[in-house]
Amino acid sequence: MLLPPLSPADYQAIALSIKVAAAASILSLPFGYAVACLLTYLEFRGKLLLEVLVNLPLTLPPVVVGYLLLVMFGTHGWLGAWLSQHGIRIIFTAKASVVASAVVGFPLLVRSLRTSLEGIDRQLIHAARTLGATWFGTLISVILPLSLTGLLAGSSLMFARSLGEFGATIIVAGNIPGVTQTIPLAIYEYACSPTSEQMALSLCLASVTISVAVMYLHERFARKAARRNGA
Amino acid sequence: MNLLIKVEKAYSSFALSIDMNFSGKSLGIFGMSGSGKSTLVRLLCGLERPDAGEILLDGRCLYSKERKINVAPEKRRIAMVFQQHALFPHLDVKKNLLYGHRWLDRELRTIDFHSLVEVLGLSHLLERGVGNLSGGEKQRIALGRAVLCNPQLLIMDEPLSALDDGLKFHIIPYLKKVASEFGIPYLFISHSMVEMRLMTEQTLVLSKGQVVDMTTCEALARTRMGLSPVGYVNLLHLGNAERERGLYRYRFGNSTLLIAAGLFLDQAHYELSSKDIILFKKHPQAISARNLLQCKVTSLFESAGRIGVELACGTNTLVAEVVSQAAEELELKVGCEVFAAMKASAFRQIW
Repeated sequence: MLLPPLSPADYQAIALSIKVAAAASILSLPFGYAVACLLTYLEFRGKLLLEVLVNLPLTLPPVVVGYLLLVMFGTHGWLGAWLSQHGIRIIFTAKASVVASAVVGFPLLVRSLRTSLEGIDRQLIHAARTLGATWFGTLISVILPLSLTGLLAGSSLMFARSLGEFGATIIVAGNIPGVTQTIPLAIYEYACSPTSEQMALSLCLASVTISVAVMYLHERFARKAARRNGA
Repeated sequence: MNLLIKVEKAYSSFALSIDMNFSGKSLGIFGMSGSGKSTLVRLLCGLERPDAGEILLDGRCLYSKERKINVAPEKRRIAMVFQQHALFPHLDVKKNLLYGHRWLDRELRTIDFHSLVEVLGLSHLLERGVGNLSGGEKQRIALGRAVLCNPQLLIMDEPLSALDDGLKFHIIPYLKKVASEFGIPYLFISHSMVEMRLMTEQTLVLSKGQVVDMTTCEALARTRMGLSPVGYVNLLHLGNAERERGLYRYRFGNSTLLIAAGLFLDQAHYELSSKDIILFKKHPQAISARNLLQCKVTSLFESAGRIGVELACGTNTLVAEVVSQAAEELELKVGCEVFAAMKASAFRQIW
């Protein structure tokens, strides 16, 4: 069976998916790293609650996440109202796709980063402190370099998750071709049309190819991180 | 160093309560696994916070619950050499060595990098990564890294435990040399009596989170003789070696010792267990043991049902161990003369 070539709209959806996933991963990274450090190295009141909150998007249906974001960023939402006063509109724009992807992928990023941080020998951190490095100095000179591959592994996992984000995105960003239509949304549109089954399959194949490539990179980074920490 | 520690720390299954005051250049902290050595070290370095009490180093308060003082680890100027070296795997040897040095205030950078590298014999390794070095090299780098911080106190937390015996005793001269050349007081933590005796004179004995004794290493070794499977270990520094029909002959005071162990070295350190010395009241006419020394009993002590016999062999001292029945039969008393026999193979070269 010969699949039809991808249309310009499909290429647009692929490009947008990659941009959204990249933006979500990059923007989430500092927050994810900070939360992962907090959860790995510090004992504080409310740690359990923070863990539950961070992992919540993993168990909540993405549609629920999308709806909550819609409530929050809508024109009458507490954040949305404030943003619109400053001329920023999130809902039904590509920014909303980024926010939805970031929220849904955040727990995976934090989990991956935590695995990498937990693999760093605590004695190295203790050594750095007793050798005169402040906590921040230790973070920059020891923890960060040793978790670099873990950081890449976490980012690539989040990137892959963002590529597949559908439920939250369709609620908060809609399905506007060229604006918010990512690969899953474009496939959904093809699937809803009785004549576009072949087009849906072509885009599915493109999606699988991108995901396999990203997950391959993720595995490479994750293995490298595990080897480094095990050494 | 003037160290005052008066701290308490409780965990769910273990509690530490230390009250000690020490003045001197080096102190050993001796105790079995789980005695609280590592906890004490963590509290001292500031890696953990005590529940109560105070810590003063040379008059400077590092922790005081009453005065609400808890100096951060990086400000305490207490450097550590860890059991597992804890070298940074992403840095080469030179960067590892200089890690603490770069955080140090300029006026405190008084230890010369090149002199230290020379003393530790690390010059040829500076550009290498730390992954493929031997255990001994790694521990020397860890030592150099700690010393370059110009610490007020150096803590060596079982620095030899991860090394095999051969390497272990090669590191000891470096540890001692660096501490004395750069004038750094140190705490030496270990559960090995031999290491402790080679490194320090005074030692603090911990058990179940409490200080049970503050004594000399020599006294502690004698007290523990009957409890240790190797008895009391006599440490001998021998010189003027000669070969003799497959054995090494060393000068030992006015006499000589024939030894069948280790490499042929002109100067060498050997250990000999108190259990490997057999005492005779009179000269045995013929004996298979290659060493027979006429000695005078200078003191007798009891340890866990065994009798320790301190022997003066010319200018040297040996400690032998007998059961009480043997002591009675030999009529051992201070001042009496005995013959001590040792097999040539009973000695073990340590470096």
